[in-house]
Amino acid sequence: MSNAHDAARRRFLKVLGTASGALIVGMQLPALADTPDALLGDMLLRLNPYVRIQPDGTIVIGARDPEVGQGIRTAEARIIAEELDADWPRVIVLPMSLGVEDDGAGEPHWTLGHQEARGSTGVPAAWSDLRAVGATARALLLSAAAQTWNVGQRGLRTQSGKVIAPDGRTLDYGALAAAASVLPPPAAPPALKAPDAYRLIGQDAGDVDARDIVTGRQQFAIDQWFGGALVAVIARCPYPGGSLRKLDDTQARALKGVAKILVMPKPDLSLPLGSRPLAAGVAVLAEDTWTALRARDLLNIEWQPGAHAARDDDALATQADALFDAAPTTPVRGDGDYDHARRLAHRAAEARYQIATVAHAELEPPNCLVRLGDDSAEIVAPMQNPRGALEVVQRLTGLAPAQIEISLPRSGGGFGRRIDNDHIAEAVLLAKAAKKPIKLSWTQSDAFAHDPYRPFALIDLAAGLDRKNKITAWRQRVASTSRLAKRGEPQNRLWLSELHPDDPPAGLIDNLQLDWYALDSALPRGNWRAGSHGINAFAVQVFLDEIVHATKQDGLQMRLNLLGAPRQLPYRGHGGPVLDTGRLAYVLQLAADAVGWSKKRNDGHGLGLAFHFTYGGYVAHALEVSMDGAKLLMHKAVVAADLGRVVNPLGARAALVGATLDGLSTALDLAITVKDGRIAQKGFKDYPLAMMAQLPRDVQVILVPSQELPTGAYEMGLPSAAPALANAIFAATTVRVRQLPILPELMRLL
Amino acid sequence: MARLPQTDPGITPEPVRAGIDVIVNNETYRHTGDPALPLLWYLRDVLRLTGSKYGCDDVSCGACSVLLDGKLARACELQMQNLSGRKITTVEGLAHPDGSLHPLQQAWLDEDAILCGYCQPGMLIAAADLLARKPDPDDADIDGIKNLCRCGSYPRVRRAIVRAASAIKGARK
Repeated sequence: MSNAHDAARRRFLKVLGTASGALIVGMQLPALADTPDALLGDMLLRLNPYVRIQPDGTIVIGARDPEVGQGIRTAEARIIAEELDADWPRVIVLPMSLGVEDDGAGEPHWTLGHQEARGSTGVPAAWSDLRAVGATARALLLSAAAQTWNVGQRGLRTQSGKVIAPDGRTLDYGALAAAASVLPPPAAPPALKAPDAYRLIGQDAGDVDARDIVTGRQQFAIDQWFGGALVAVIARCPYPGGSLRKLDDTQARALKGVAKILVMPKPDLSLPLGSRPLAAGVAVLAEDTWTALRARDLLNIEWQPGAHAARDDDALATQADALFDAAPTTPVRGDGDYDHARRLAHRAAEARYQIATVAHAELEPPNCLVRLGDDSAEIVAPMQNPRGALEVVQRLTGLAPAQIEISLPRSGGGFGRRIDNDHIAEAVLLAKAAKKPIKLSWTQSDAFAHDPYRPFALIDLAAGLDRKNKITAWRQRVASTSRLAKRGEPQNRLWLSELHPDDPPAGLIDNLQLDWYALDSALPRGNWRAGSHGINAFAVQVFLDEIVHATKQDGLQMRLNLLGAPRQLPYRGHGGPVLDTGRLAYVLQLAADAVGWSKKRNDGHGLGLAFHFTYGGYVAHALEVSMDGAKLLMHKAVVAADLGRVVNPLGARAALVGATLDGLSTALDLAITVKDGRIAQKGFKDYPLAMMAQLPRDVQVILVPSQELPTGAYEMGLPSAAPALANAIFAATTVRVRQLPILPELMRLL
Repeated sequence: MARLPQTDPGITPEPVRAGIDVIVNNETYRHTGDPALPLLWYLRDVLRLTGSKYGCDDVSCGACSVLLDGKLARACELQMQNLSGRKITTVEGLAHPDGSLHPLQQAWLDEDAILCGYCQPGMLIAAADLLARKPDPDDADIDGIKNLCRCGSYPRVRRAIVRAASAIKGARK
């Protein structure tokens, strides 16, 4: 940890060391991209790659991470502004491009540190290195003020964009920027603020792009153009691994405005998923979107299904059932002796949970704008993993890292879809072949048919209890298609994305066995919000509820008993190195209190509880539901969360509410199914994201005040939402739903 | 630079082209291309008014919502040939020409109803339509908004609509 921290500071200071000139590598603000350096020097003064100060005191902060709705631009700018003591109303936040230079051996050297949207890591990373950015800029401004006034630095202080002398004189940062920008950087990283001096961190801040969004000015990637770009749409083979058998493009070619029809061969399967196109296809390049779409409809194509046909959920369930009779692909964890403890148990419980395949369904479908020159490439696309994108562009163009400019516009949702860069690969391949700038557009139907899905899984849980109803044996068997499959990972590592070996109740039960079974699916599998935390939390938290009811215990007390005395358990993997059972118990208690758990009810409403630990965040959900005939009503939803120190509570609340509603919407009625070897869903009519009327009108958020390191917020609110809903439904109806999505199964069982 | 004559007598002006005149955000535009072109692509590809978003192919998401003669419509299902003389308001046209925000836009900022922001232009238009019909909407009225948001901005959108309704009422008093 401290090594990474030091490395980050060294990297930062190294970049800063090159700062005495007019321009610093890495800070490429789109708004100023065409401004000559000399002019820029007059207008804006850079203190480091992230901070520029205008003579009028306006402070431009560069936000490095891709924004997908998690609020990272706002949060990381607040972190820098805090240590800089900036006057927030005078701060402008602009997105930075991918910071990369050549390391001299043709490999990329990343100049801006963390630049991805993945695993809710943006805020923790910013916390570890961007505070020093603000503090360093502030130190330079203090030195400049001391020089200007010809006084020592000791008595000087800063506040809201001003340096203040002991005698009360003040100098605005804008007036000091010119002098500060030519000073050498401090020899050692300046001291960071003590938390009790924070004025911005821990206070609410609205999204920095909000004004542009509500006026329609925010430019998502899909809204951008290059001069002379051709719009490309691709007819992709609907069968996984399939290929083109026959193409007649006569009619499409005849359409006015169509420039080219290009065949995209079957992707090279030796390349990892996410770095190559998902499917073979035929691309139509046209002058505008409408023409391209019409021409695509006029293509006459016969597809050849692949050798490995996509199977529907029933076939996968049968496959998974059979797998459970054999040895696991990977035994993940074994504590004590499960079989022995199960035989000795006073009472046993067993249940299987089936999780449907889901898609990403982000409102802005994949798209990519690309312009290639002899020695340059420019990419504008919704992205969560721009470094991966750079590697794709490098491989396809042979360009050096510094010749590739990757812009990171705000994305219309991400949810893990944009960790994969298949859209980048498609667009670059087309731009190469057409020798023209390309604006690749996916339709939403394309995105349903071709997605790195979160695929089908079957989770088998079994437990043994002693006479006092204490769980003494626990076995969790997960059959799923690994997210790491077809991504260059060795077989013995594929379980890593499917089961978290230290997730509760691991560590809480003496005899415990966790096994993973590889399920073979032809569908591509990718990252989906909160990864396998979502599916495992559903099974575990519903199974605990089944034990509660089978043994007639109180659902809250039983879970608190399971968590036991507050203590730290080792936690390997993202979110570790420890898990504090006390923090988990506390959020559970808060959620239960807020929903009125202890109050006796006779109104037919049911309450449900669930908790989960995700990427360092402790979260519990409580739901109150009832049935009105066949209609499910959600009366109350509570999410209680301990996310460590929260940089922007307004943003964290939005993320928690959003993840809760996303979790509920997905759990209600969303499933991707296979019919005749291809995906059956074509749009939101077949894949009904919940509308306003179907979700709770409000979600009560309880944020635990904390001095612990910040964890981020975006994914933590998802995993425990669905099981809390299923548990509340059971309480209201005595119908136990062991499937996602819930509604079709509930209607069948009612 | 040498001064050029205002008109070159050697060039005859191009005759006015026939087309479909539409009024977008109080400006009149003449569409001379495919009469079947959906309004969404006219706005996005021709006028480069990209506030109206593309989000689906089955008229289900509402991201492209516009006001057609003051009433809610989906730009993806309107064809240019049916829009002659019609008045269209997109999210870019919600604010006052002097730059001051529409009460709904201000309420969106006050409630921070954003998340990824992609569906919000459509949400704002749907809300403008709702307030035009129901100046004092209750929860059930707001539930009638069918626009989709995967990020889960609904509760803040709901609060923003209520806030804007009360701001508009206050301004009228």
